[in-house]
Amino acid sequence: MILEIRNVTKYYDGFCALHNIPITVEEGKIHAIIGPNGAGKTTLFNLISGMLDITTGDIFFKGKKINKQKPNYRAKDGIGRTFQIIRLFNSMTVLENVMLGRHCKTSAGLLKTFFRLSLKEPNEEKEIRERALECLDFVGMVDKAEQMASSLPHAEQRRVEIARALNLEPELVLLDEPAAGMNPKETNDLDSLILRINNDLDKTILLIEHNMTLVMGISEIVSVLNFGEKIAEGSPSEVQANPAVIEAYLGKGGDD
Amino acid sequence: MDYLFSVAAIAGINIIMALSFYLPFITGQISLGQAGFMAIGAYASAVCSVKFGIPYVPAVLLGGVMAGVAGFVLGMPALRIKGIYLLLLTMGFGEIVRVIFINIDYVGGAAGLGGIPYQEYTTLYAYGTVVILTVFFYRLRKSRMGRAFQAIGDDEDTAEIIGVNIATAKLTAFSVGAFIAGIGGGILAHFQEYIEPLMFGVMHGVEFIVFAIFGGIQIFWGPIFGALALTFIPEFLREIQEWRMELYGLLLIVMMIVRPQGVIGLDVIKWIKKKLLRIR
Ligand SMILES: Nc1ncnc2c1ncn2[C@@H]1O[C@H](COP(=O)(O)OP(=O)(O)O)[C@@H](O)[C@H]1O
Ligand SMILES: [Mg+2]
Repeated sequence: MILEIRNVTKYYDGFCALHNIPITVEEGKIHAIIGPNGAGKTTLFNLISGMLDITTGDIFFKGKKINKQKPNYRAKDGIGRTFQIIRLFNSMTVLENVMLGRHCKTSAGLLKTFFRLSLKEPNEEKEIRERALECLDFVGMVDKAEQMASSLPHAEQRRVEIARALNLEPELVLLDEPAAGMNPKETNDLDSLILRINNDLDKTILLIEHNMTLVMGISEIVSVLNFGEKIAEGSPSEVQANPAVIEAYLGKGGDD
Repeated sequence: MDYLFSVAAIAGINIIMALSFYLPFITGQISLGQAGFMAIGAYASAVCSVKFGIPYVPAVLLGGVMAGVAGFVLGMPALRIKGIYLLLLTMGFGEIVRVIFINIDYVGGAAGLGGIPYQEYTTLYAYGTVVILTVFFYRLRKSRMGRAFQAIGDDEDTAEIIGVNIATAKLTAFSVGAFIAGIGGGILAHFQEYIEPLMFGVMHGVEFIVFAIFGGIQIFWGPIFGALALTFIPEFLREIQEWRMELYGLLLIVMMIVRPQGVIGLDVIKWIKKKLLRIR
């Protein structure tokens, strides 16, 4: 297993957003987390990537406890992510955004940047740029490299965000509702991109979706959250047939 | 002619100061304390020259280093606070520095420190420093750390999640900004031959911010332009000199409404590049 979430509980002040959650993510899998809005899915991602502190419980990544590790070190260790609401750096180009993904795998500091005689681009910088272009090529966005990130349509910004996460060379990729706000064709393209990340790049993927039908085609294992509790887990077909899951979604007024 | 040279020298020093403010600003740290770092650089370099006979260049550099160290120390608590609180912290720092110098008899107390050897090539040194800083900022923009600085300025939480060590980056930007301000102070001290704590008040720190905001904050050419324009223009319009601060206020209000990114935005740089390419 690459990630183990062991009995994790998260309180926001008095409100319990996650209660005693155990989830184990196996290496190489596409693992989906589904659940109605407000179930605590994003909260779980924020605990894994270190944006929030766990109230109780433990998280292990590659066998190492990372509860107290700062977010940037978790990234360096190999956890890449995208956000439910896209978070690109708006004052920068697409290429610069993706280049930033490699920040923690590279080392040039201010002194090295400034004190050099050659006018040529330093080797490391060249490598960062070429790697970033490769990642952009992988998500099909290389022709937009020089545009401002903020100028792109939503679906393309999502691809850039994924490219930025890939440039980290992560072992685990967290995708928070990547298909939100996309039309059926864009969603389809995204699904095949996710499959390629899993197959061609051998990345483990933890994928959040609140729309149940979307993930069923691509994920191998599905965990279901509802009101901060894990209510089911299994293969897509098992989960789909589970009465508790149907109840959770119907109780919410269907697939909202 | 002499007069013009003297204004040019001050403009050069003001550019250095505007850039010293701009570096931490890129990472979202707004410092009102650059005049305080300037004071440290000025006093430290002056002491080096006056009391120890250290030559100009190493004296000024030592002043910069002292200011940089002070920046590092102040930068640590600055990591934990943002916005208005950081403004207050840096403003308080500036005032404390002043009060400390007022109370140190070794550097003349409130009466100030005189007899600092005059550097007749101040203009040359000031603009030499500006050239070096221009190269620095130019290279920074196309570098790993430069991108990290800008990402932090855009959204520091996201920067941290994708792997940027924001504490290191912000502390580096703050300390190097302080170092640059210290260099500005050292050059000023050896130009005026005399320094006193009053010269480094908070209003001075505000002035450096005005240079940057007016000139533009998207790219380092902005603060350079702002410092040049706002030093030279009032000198040629003597009548408005005494209304300078009021004018700055008015100017900022107008800028905020008409062109919040400052005079020299990325669009202007793009336009200039296009023109230059066409001529070639
Ligand atoms: N920062 C926060 N402070 C307080 N409550 C929050 C915060 N973030 C999320 N919540 C609450 O926690 C619950 C779970 O939210 P979230 O993890 O975003 O759910 P999901 O991603 O499954 O839609 C919701 O009820 C939400 O209102
Ligand atoms: Mg969510």
